[in-house]
Amino acid sequence: MLNWFPPEVSTFGQDVDSVFWLIFWIGLAWFIVAEGIIIFCLIKYRRGKGRKATYFDGNSWKQASWILIPGALVLCLDLAVDFAGGHAYHKVKGELPASDVKVRVQGEQFAWTFTYPGPDGLFDTADDKETPTLDVPIHRPVHIYLRSKDVIHSFFIPTVRIKQDALPGREIALWFEADIAGRYEIACAELCGPLHYNMRTFLNVHTAEEYAAWVSETWGDN
Amino acid sequence: MEHAIHPEPTTFLRKHVFSVDHKVIGRQYLILGMVWALIGGLSAYLIRSQLAWPGKSIVGASLLFEGGVVLPEAYNALLTMHGTIMVFFVAMPILLGALGNFLVPLMIGARDMAFPRLNMASFWIITTASVILILSMFVPGGTAAAGWTAYPPLSARTAYTGVALGQALWILALALEFVSFLMGGVNILTTAITMRAPGMTMMRLPLMVWMQMSASVLFMLSVGPLIAGAILLLMDGLIGTNFFVPLAGGGGGDPLLWQHLFWFFGHPEVYVILLPGIGVLTEVLPTFSRKPIFSYKTILYATIVAGVLSFLVWAHHMFTSGMNPLMVMSFSITTILISVPFTLIIFALIGTLIGGSIKMTVPMLFAVGTIACFIVGGITGIFLGSAIVDTYMHDTYFVVAHFHYTLFPTVILGGLAGFYFWFPKMFGKTLNPVLGHLHFWLTAISFNILFLALFRVGLGGQVRRVWMSAPSLEPLQHLNVTATWAAIAMLLGQIPFLVNIVWTALAGTPAPGNPWNSNSLEWQTASPPPHENFAEIPTVHRGPYEYSAPGNDEDWMAQDAEPTSAAAG
Repeated sequence: MLNWFPPEVSTFGQDVDSVFWLIFWIGLAWFIVAEGIIIFCLIKYRRGKGRKATYFDGNSWKQASWILIPGALVLCLDLAVDFAGGHAYHKVKGELPASDVKVRVQGEQFAWTFTYPGPDGLFDTADDKETPTLDVPIHRPVHIYLRSKDVIHSFFIPTVRIKQDALPGREIALWFEADIAGRYEIACAELCGPLHYNMRTFLNVHTAEEYAAWVSETWGDN
Repeated sequence: MEHAIHPEPTTFLRKHVFSVDHKVIGRQYLILGMVWALIGGLSAYLIRSQLAWPGKSIVGASLLFEGGVVLPEAYNALLTMHGTIMVFFVAMPILLGALGNFLVPLMIGARDMAFPRLNMASFWIITTASVILILSMFVPGGTAAAGWTAYPPLSARTAYTGVALGQALWILALALEFVSFLMGGVNILTTAITMRAPGMTMMRLPLMVWMQMSASVLFMLSVGPLIAGAILLLMDGLIGTNFFVPLAGGGGGDPLLWQHLFWFFGHPEVYVILLPGIGVLTEVLPTFSRKPIFSYKTILYATIVAGVLSFLVWAHHMFTSGMNPLMVMSFSITTILISVPFTLIIFALIGTLIGGSIKMTVPMLFAVGTIACFIVGGITGIFLGSAIVDTYMHDTYFVVAHFHYTLFPTVILGGLAGFYFWFPKMFGKTLNPVLGHLHFWLTAISFNILFLALFRVGLGGQVRRVWMSAPSLEPLQHLNVTATWAAIAMLLGQIPFLVNIVWTALAGTPAPGNPWNSNSLEWQTASPPPHENFAEIPTVHRGPYEYSAPGNDEDWMAQDAEPTSAAAG
């Protein structure tokens, strides 16, 4: 398989990619057919000595079917793409699965900050901790509560296949579940000012043991 | 209706500067658009050079930037200017201003536009807008740097960008541009509806006229909300209102409101500049295939359907914005549906080639190139129309490559097809075809290399509007370098074009009235057409695409040729 994407490391990454490949193969087929006909015409119907064009205006139903049939075919394929895409979209953007890993993510010029509710599981309490990277356990759904302090940012983790704008004035909930441990880049995808390009941090997906270690290290003896 | 609208001017100023003649105004728009295209192209050169060799001194840039280095603030201003210039000051002036103005009265057999003085005012208003946009680059804080989409709060507060007056001047320039094309739209519509020559029924109009009318309607229906939005944004920026900026303690404005207003205009706007480009193809392809356009009515109705759908798809630019997922799904479906009318249009254009007698002149080469490249733009639109794939693709270079594959073919390649096709009519001189072929191949090949590379970079996850790509994307950096060399090649590829124009202006052979044996009315008068276009208003007997009609000795039949008993159309 063509390897164009960054590796995918989330439970829905495969769903996103499969919709891409569905469209890709359909699109490639149309591309070859359409470009093929153009090239064929340019060769076959090029003006040679005495070549006269055949007069037809394509206005009768019979002739117009030449384009109406591809049109109908495209309509059917569109619906197939809608269906496949809708299914995957529902998985990613539908109801959040239950989770006890909750992180508040705030974008501001030009950094991401991550706030964990701590052992009490509640935000805005004394045991909240703020970190510059996103640390999550493997194989557990993570809830992200996305905010922005100033302008619009966009929270983008390419390997997780998730992107969500962070808007000032509202909080947007999203989720993901990573299934491969590692360190992955988080970017800002929406132009947010001069140093937009540099608004980057990392997602650390820990194994269960590593995550436990990270928690006890971060909250100490609590 | 026939009326001698204005006497032939005698002074230089009235003839060539403050002219009310649609042909002169069309040429003025063309020159304005081409000057802006040069500036827009050079801004792309600076953007691409920075991305290929980040932070390095760029050849030739020391005139504008200290040491030739483009810093992040300047980079953001450049990308904002590139988008603004190419959409509003290149595509619209050339495709609507130049081609629309020049062609509509000639094609319908009229002596001028319905409102010649309004026409002149339109041109001078966009010229004023151009001056203001250039001024905005020299005020303290620089010009707008929040992208051509100007999303607030970034665009609404100096604190976020360092841009002060520049953003306000940018809004003012755009507002004037909108006024100019609103007036132009009224003119094109009124002219095409009320001033057709006898016998020129609506279904005998060349499709180019329909495309100009459709584009005008789309523009006039969509721009209103944006003008309102622009005024609100101006107030947010100048006097600190909170229409689009939320208050720190909760409440206040909503940044998404701007996105809705912007894209309610922004999506139809894509078709405003795309349809006239397709209109060029509907004239060029039949002429050089010596065949009627395939299914005139299907193209016309599909265009209308696409135009209506274009008002129902705007939120596909906002799939990741945080709006309701149910709304995302409905906009995803309408967006993907738009592929149906465009499939019909593209296949009808290809169908025009079938059974033809195809001559690869320079305009034909550009026209076929337009279709061949636009197909890629259409297909890649499906990826982005699918909300789930867009969740990954949005704001990456895949989007950049996609919209360049839709607009570059139609606006630039299609526009150039029109330029080479109607240049003899506009200026009365014949362009050199060898230089024209060279121009085509240099432009088309470099375009494809450039944006295929950017598709790949985008799939790899590079986000757009960044001053340099992320360190993790280093393995793809060679593609950024390739894309930049292709952009440089494309710019250099315009040299044969400019040489051709200068050469032809100085030493070109005079063009005959109808060099391509075309049917439509603009070809049935002298090149360039005389004052008031026609010695006598023609009477139209048939549609514009009667090429190779049976029973006719010639393989063409002018729209106004007297019917003979054998060839009554």
